[in-house]
Amino acid sequence: MVLWCAMPMIMVVLCWLVVEPWFVRPIVMQTLGSVAGQQAGAPAFQYLEIRNIAAGVLPGTSASDAVMHAVEQYKSLLRTASMAFSVMFLMAGVLGFYRGYKKLTVDFPAREQVEKFVRFFLLASSMVAILTTLSIVLALVVEALRFFKHVPLLDFLLGLKWSPQVAIRADQVGSSGAFGAIPLFAGTLLIAFIAMLVAVPIGLFSAIYLAEYARPSVRSVTKPMLEILAGIPTVVYGFFAALTVAPLIVKVGGTIGLNASSESALAAGLVMGVMIIPFISSLSDDVINAVPTSLRFGSLAMGATRSETIRKVILPASLPGIMGAILLAVSRAIGETMIVVMAAGLAANLTANPLESVTTVTAQIVTILVGDQEFDSPKTLAAFALGLTLFCVTLALNFLALKIVRRYEERYD
Amino acid sequence: MSSVMTAETTEASEKVINQVQDGPIVVRPEKGVDIKMSAEGVSVFYGDKQALDDISIDIHSKQITALIGPSGCGKSTFLRCLNRMNDVVGGCRINGRITMDGEDIYAPRVDVASLRGQVGMVFQKPNPFPKSIFDNVAYGPRIHGYAQHRDEIEEIVVRSLSKASLFEEVKDRLHDPATGLSGGQQQRLCIARAIAVNPEVLLMDEPCSALDPIATARIEDLMWELKEKFTIIIVTHSMQQASRVSQRTGFFHMGVLAEVGTTEQIFQNPVDNRTRDYITGRFG
Ligand SMILES: Nc1ncnc2c1ncn2[C@@H]1O[C@H](COP(=O)(O)OP(=O)(O)OP(=O)(O)O)[C@@H](O)[C@H]1O
Ligand SMILES: [Mg+2]
Repeated sequence: MVLWCAMPMIMVVLCWLVVEPWFVRPIVMQTLGSVAGQQAGAPAFQYLEIRNIAAGVLPGTSASDAVMHAVEQYKSLLRTASMAFSVMFLMAGVLGFYRGYKKLTVDFPAREQVEKFVRFFLLASSMVAILTTLSIVLALVVEALRFFKHVPLLDFLLGLKWSPQVAIRADQVGSSGAFGAIPLFAGTLLIAFIAMLVAVPIGLFSAIYLAEYARPSVRSVTKPMLEILAGIPTVVYGFFAALTVAPLIVKVGGTIGLNASSESALAAGLVMGVMIIPFISSLSDDVINAVPTSLRFGSLAMGATRSETIRKVILPASLPGIMGAILLAVSRAIGETMIVVMAAGLAANLTANPLESVTTVTAQIVTILVGDQEFDSPKTLAAFALGLTLFCVTLALNFLALKIVRRYEERYD
Repeated sequence: MSSVMTAETTEASEKVINQVQDGPIVVRPEKGVDIKMSAEGVSVFYGDKQALDDISIDIHSKQITALIGPSGCGKSTFLRCLNRMNDVVGGCRINGRITMDGEDIYAPRVDVASLRGQVGMVFQKPNPFPKSIFDNVAYGPRIHGYAQHRDEIEEIVVRSLSKASLFEEVKDRLHDPATGLSGGQQQRLCIARAIAVNPEVLLMDEPCSALDPIATARIEDLMWELKEKFTIIIVTHSMQQASRVSQRTGFFHMGVLAEVGTTEQIFQNPVDNRTRDYITGRFG
């Protein structure tokens, strides 16, 4: 019933918002024109001025008589208009009510109608998300295609050199730019690998502790604390990596005779690993908890110790789920930007040495797009190509992870 | 409790328990009967709630002892005391003494894992591990290090599966996942898994509750065979099953052991009124 009233009212409001400027503006401008003739300044600007004076944002004193006249007219117009609007609004409500009332016979399926409306509303909401994603992908694809007009696909995917400096003007000196993405992906993988080296064991062990050993009281404190790690903004991790961990690595490296760069893959990887721990621990904890207690009892009753039970029954049983968790964490590590920008450097080195500075796909996208850009230079377009590739990789990873997790879930139904 | 005691004084074979309750704790096996396990004054608490009150019972060696009684009376709880599975249940506390071959199984120096190797358990619901059939049966021998070589383990697996009369059905798919078996097959697999470690005592908690009559009959046959080698304690809700397979029966009621004796005596001539009511089906 309320819906029947509200719907027309909302419609009127929406129409009003659209119609109002079109409707009022010509009238005001006409008056202005007729009084003052053709004056200097674009009409749009004048209209803005009038509106501002009317709203009290601009002082009216400096304006000419003609403008003031127009302001007055604008105000009165607005008054009438808003009155008309109110009347229409109410009428719409009443009309809707009347219609609703007339429809409200005994066998009118009111609840079904509401259901329909709710369904439509929910559908529309989800469509917004889907359409946005689709348009993002579309934009990525289109821009990336434009990039590949400048740089061949294979050069991009297999090139070993990345230096996206292109002469902007023909007379400028400079290289023609190299767009080989391999160093970027190598850097990404190196950092993600280091991060997983940290996160997988620590995350998994804490998950096992939480799920199998921790008393409920300990668990209820420890688990949220681990999850707080996930809530720390990545910027904070970033400067922690750049200002604390990286110098530490340089120092430690120095004492044992290794030459570490002040921005290193190791620093970024370590901190990123810490950031990812809660992903793995939380998801794995859930997965381990989903293993039926009867299996635990079965194994213990066979004379297995607790750790034998975990190693030989629980972990194998939850392995697919844990793999899923790890894959999700990997895709998170690959997509992570802030820490890398701050701690790993921007030099596109193709190296496997974690003490050197490397750069990643995401960090390059940032550096390409920060600052003033020309939107059709290959350099800018390269960002889209990188983005698209990254998107494909993480999408595939996520897809795989979800598939594995889902298959695992089916098993104990 | 008093009615139980008078009942037991009339029953010659229950002298041991009488002595336990009246005088100092002396376990004195009767002639010709080998006592495998023995509980003396066992009480179990879950938190503040008492689940078992002063249970004393002897388990005769190489016999099948059936435990019957209404739901929630503590049969499973008692069974879990015998292989110390209650240790892993949170908030569970046990008083009293339980011995196996005269040794206190709750003594500090007892290795719980090897105790559980000697006292195997089959659960009410089949719980095969999500591994292959072969690996399920090989699980225990591998853990306890009974066999190192592949062929030794294989021999144990085949022997256990045949003893559980499952081998013929699964011999072509030993390496398929055990979760693909039917419920009855899974339960026989769990029995095979339990006997693969060659326990001395086998605890079975309603092993047939999820099975059809044919599978039940097979498991009962199996128990008859196993009784030659193992001491078996079975919890069951089926009076017929208890009277078919067991030599001795204990009747639990609301946390106490109301009556225990030979199966014939319990079913044909119960002394305790609660036993009589339960057996004749006059309990709710
Ligand atoms: N883990 C536990 N925590 C708390 N109380 C428990 C626990 N396990 C059993 N109990 C309680 O102990 C009592 C005995 O339970 P038990 O499982 O031994 O009964 P049962 O005789 O096996 O019953 P059933 O025939 O239904 O299996 C019940 O009142 C039950 O609520
Ligand atoms: Mg039970």
